[in-house]
Amino acid sequence: MSDERDPVVSDEGTAHAIEVTINGETHKRTVLARQLLVHFLRDTLGLQGTHVGCDTGSCGACSVIVDGQLIKSCMMLAPQVDGASIETVEGLAQDGELNVLQRSFNENHGLQCGYCTPGMLMAATDLLRRNPNPSEDEIRHGIRGNICRCTGYVNIVKSIKAAAEAGAGAAEEASR
Amino acid sequence: MSSVPVAQTTVESVEKPDRLGEWSGKSIPRKEDGRHLKGQALFTDDKWQHRMGYAHFVRSPHAHARIVSVDTSRAEALEGVFGTLTGDEVKDLSEPFFQIAPPPGGNLKEWCLAVGKVRYQGDAVAVVLAESREIARDAAELVEVEYEPLPAIVDGIAAADPDAPLLHDEVGSNIVWHGVYDYGDIDWALENADHVVKIDRLHFHRFSSTPLECNAAVVNWEQGTGVIEIFSNNQMPMFASLVIGPALGVPSNKIQFQSQDIGGAFGIKIGSYPQITALALLSKKLGRPAKWTEYRTDHMLSAGHGNERTFVDIQVPVMADGTILGVKVRAFDDAGAYLHYEPLGAVIWSQVVPGCYKIKHVQVDFTETVSNKCPTIPNRGYSRMQHLWLIERIVDVVATELGFDPVELRKHNYIQPEDYPYETPNACVYDSGDLPKALDLALGAVDYPAWLKRQEELGTGSGKRIGIGIGTTLDSGTNNFGQARIINPELPFSGNGEAAYAKLDLYGEVNLNLGTTPQGQGHETTAAQVVADILGMSPDDVNVTAGFDQRHNTYVAFSGTYASQFAVTGLGAAMGAAEKLRAEILKVAAYALEADEADLDLGGGQVFVRGDRERAIPFIGIANLVYSNNAVLSPELAGSVSLNCRHVYVPPFQVPDHEAKTGNLTLTYASQTHVCVLEIDEETGHVEILDYAVADDCGRVINPMIVDGQVHGATALGIGAALFETFEYDDEGQLMQSSFYDYHAITALDAPHIKTEHVQTPSPFTPNGAKGMGEGGGAPLHAVCAAIQNALDDGAPVVSESHNSWERIYRLINHEPNAPRGVEVVTR
Repeated sequence: MSDERDPVVSDEGTAHAIEVTINGETHKRTVLARQLLVHFLRDTLGLQGTHVGCDTGSCGACSVIVDGQLIKSCMMLAPQVDGASIETVEGLAQDGELNVLQRSFNENHGLQCGYCTPGMLMAATDLLRRNPNPSEDEIRHGIRGNICRCTGYVNIVKSIKAAAEAGAGAAEEASR
Repeated sequence: MSSVPVAQTTVESVEKPDRLGEWSGKSIPRKEDGRHLKGQALFTDDKWQHRMGYAHFVRSPHAHARIVSVDTSRAEALEGVFGTLTGDEVKDLSEPFFQIAPPPGGNLKEWCLAVGKVRYQGDAVAVVLAESREIARDAAELVEVEYEPLPAIVDGIAAADPDAPLLHDEVGSNIVWHGVYDYGDIDWALENADHVVKIDRLHFHRFSSTPLECNAAVVNWEQGTGVIEIFSNNQMPMFASLVIGPALGVPSNKIQFQSQDIGGAFGIKIGSYPQITALALLSKKLGRPAKWTEYRTDHMLSAGHGNERTFVDIQVPVMADGTILGVKVRAFDDAGAYLHYEPLGAVIWSQVVPGCYKIKHVQVDFTETVSNKCPTIPNRGYSRMQHLWLIERIVDVVATELGFDPVELRKHNYIQPEDYPYETPNACVYDSGDLPKALDLALGAVDYPAWLKRQEELGTGSGKRIGIGIGTTLDSGTNNFGQARIINPELPFSGNGEAAYAKLDLYGEVNLNLGTTPQGQGHETTAAQVVADILGMSPDDVNVTAGFDQRHNTYVAFSGTYASQFAVTGLGAAMGAAEKLRAEILKVAAYALEADEADLDLGGGQVFVRGDRERAIPFIGIANLVYSNNAVLSPELAGSVSLNCRHVYVPPFQVPDHEAKTGNLTLTYASQTHVCVLEIDEETGHVEILDYAVADDCGRVINPMIVDGQVHGATALGIGAALFETFEYDDEGQLMQSSFYDYHAITALDAPHIKTEHVQTPSPFTPNGAKGMGEGGGAPLHAVCAAIQNALDDGAPVVSESHNSWERIYRLINHEPNAPRGVEVVTR
């Protein structure tokens, strides 16, 4: 599923050459001016872990980290990330092994359908970098931009809290 | 007292298996999680095919209009556009969808695109296929549709008026179904009660669980074979097949549904069959796979909303001691513009006629209408939660008006633990429960006495009000499709079931596939738990196929994931298939070990002689003998085992009596009891939930962690609906909430921490003692409305809406001194 696809050729929009680093790997591509970053990730590069839930920047399913900042990739155009370094859900596991945060979501049932999960993980990663030991209230504020329709947030909050206690926050802080 | 129905339903208790236990009942982490956490899941928009085009639907901006003309020439001329499909073409190429309703409602004609008229804002008139989603969207803008606007009707009760604008000429009115459900003797009860509480109107609003993944499909009408390949997130694919096949004139072997990961569904994703049908025709016409993913606004406008129901002229006979004798009500369900799965909502509520109470006399005059709004579709708690909300509102209004304590009034009227199996006035059988205990647990979890004290201490002048509300609800599961005959006696539907297929594969692996289409409920995990117990192995070693594939998964026409039933039907099928496989394994092992089958046991992926673990054969040895070494076996044995075992679980149902509208409509009745404590700011109407607890009873629990997760989810969606989430139309039929900006899906800041408590009353009717759960019965709507009412002064109006925005709450608190309260008590 992660095969790269041909860029669309019939679109008459302006094309831009960009160079972007994603999860440590550099990609050079020509993108159309109007292509959303999320569609660049998903359709052009086949990085389909990042999801689209709303198209209006409301739901956070498309959350990724661009140059250290948590953003919603449906609210950014692909040409805007020229020269940037991007982190997506695909970059979280190391050598195929779940990281502390991911493992905590598994152990605490922090996901059901899994659709919001990649965005939720990126939001939590960002939160733990800024605040390695967040309170429940701080966790809820940290994921306020991410909608989940399955879990009622209870076990997501629990997962992030447990991950922080297991040292995920400290590790993220050190990785900055 | 007259004409109380005599017991007429008998449900046989199931002999309990003795093999569940080592793994079943444990909170083992889910097998599904790894792929989701790594971003390696396969959702429908992740599916890609060569030569695939992207589809975009052209939607009506009008609520009701005649289609004068559709001109696709400019769209087709755009570079990158493969082609278009319009309603006129669809009318030539396909048949209207079959209707569940009897005539005249059943005369309604709906094709997969609007033909002749549009009937709601968002009704699809054409669809475009292009080489990118951006070009498809541009091209859709270039399709020129000339409309002649017609007057719209958006009120479901006013739609029943003979002079209302008519949606479907062939129906003759906007009433698509009407029937009177009459159980016990309501007239006797009203005449003999000490009090009759009369409530003018209660309105259950439109909302949707809005799954985070929108509807999507990749449809390829394979030119060579004529097979229509459908990779989608439709959650009830076999129902969709039954609808799509006749519309396209193709047999079922030419329709192949597939899905893997589904990003939430909640009933809403039953409703994507019209779009899938249109995509099939588009694919056939243009010779390409057609991929479609809704934009969120498409989803809000047209994917389907939950049922809106208005109750009027409510009369409740009550005795002096608080015994609620009955309910008399007129109900109007507004199905929106077309009947998608409707009018089944007009009967499905009757699975829970008396709610959780020993109410004996019930008369519901039920009318279902169409209006110029988005069609409704089952939404978590489908049709029952509307009725349960009515019953819970009634109980609280009775308590408030007659001065009863809401806890004591509930306990007085509850069906008691010793009453089960309990036959309802319409011959449904509630299998098990302990409602008083559940209520005590939920009240204990929030420390009810402490909140009562706090409420008293707060007093007037603080600017704050505390309200405490209870919601007791039922999550009826494993429905008897025979209830469709109460709507239409001609329908050839009854019973229910699910299929599973267990196989010992070439190297002794245990593989299982299911007919279900899970959307986060953890079927791969729970099925592995029960199979592991039966085959004496670890769930880690039970391979459960991810997703559904009509080409190799087994299925029945009921297959899918909906209506709170997997723990019964899905696991019933998995357990049956595993038992059959176990029997075959034992048979082969007995031959190989020259032992008696009765002396053998399974454990650790081996069969061994009890008491002598050295005399054993591993599963790989069994597989070898059957698959690649069968001359070793006796001819009789070789010819009688396949290690490929299919089982269909069939629940014990009879066909309901469509004239009396009685019968056992559901096999299991999980219950949930919610207690909500909230604080209202008098100046703004702002609500904060201070404490929230749920006591859940779904019988024997296979995976407690997953059950808790379902409880949390249903609770948050219900709180969202009660306080934040609503679909409203203006008078011209324009939807006012068409994105997540306007439709405020509950966030982590809005949702409270949810405390959970557990009661386990195993079902005597199911193969594993479990009761289906997940929908949750809308209990937060009951509890939040009760809590708001509890925070109001005695002169305040009845909380008559299921949705209470802060503005509405502000108005309730700051009501006019003599505002009509919408309630009246007549005492003899």
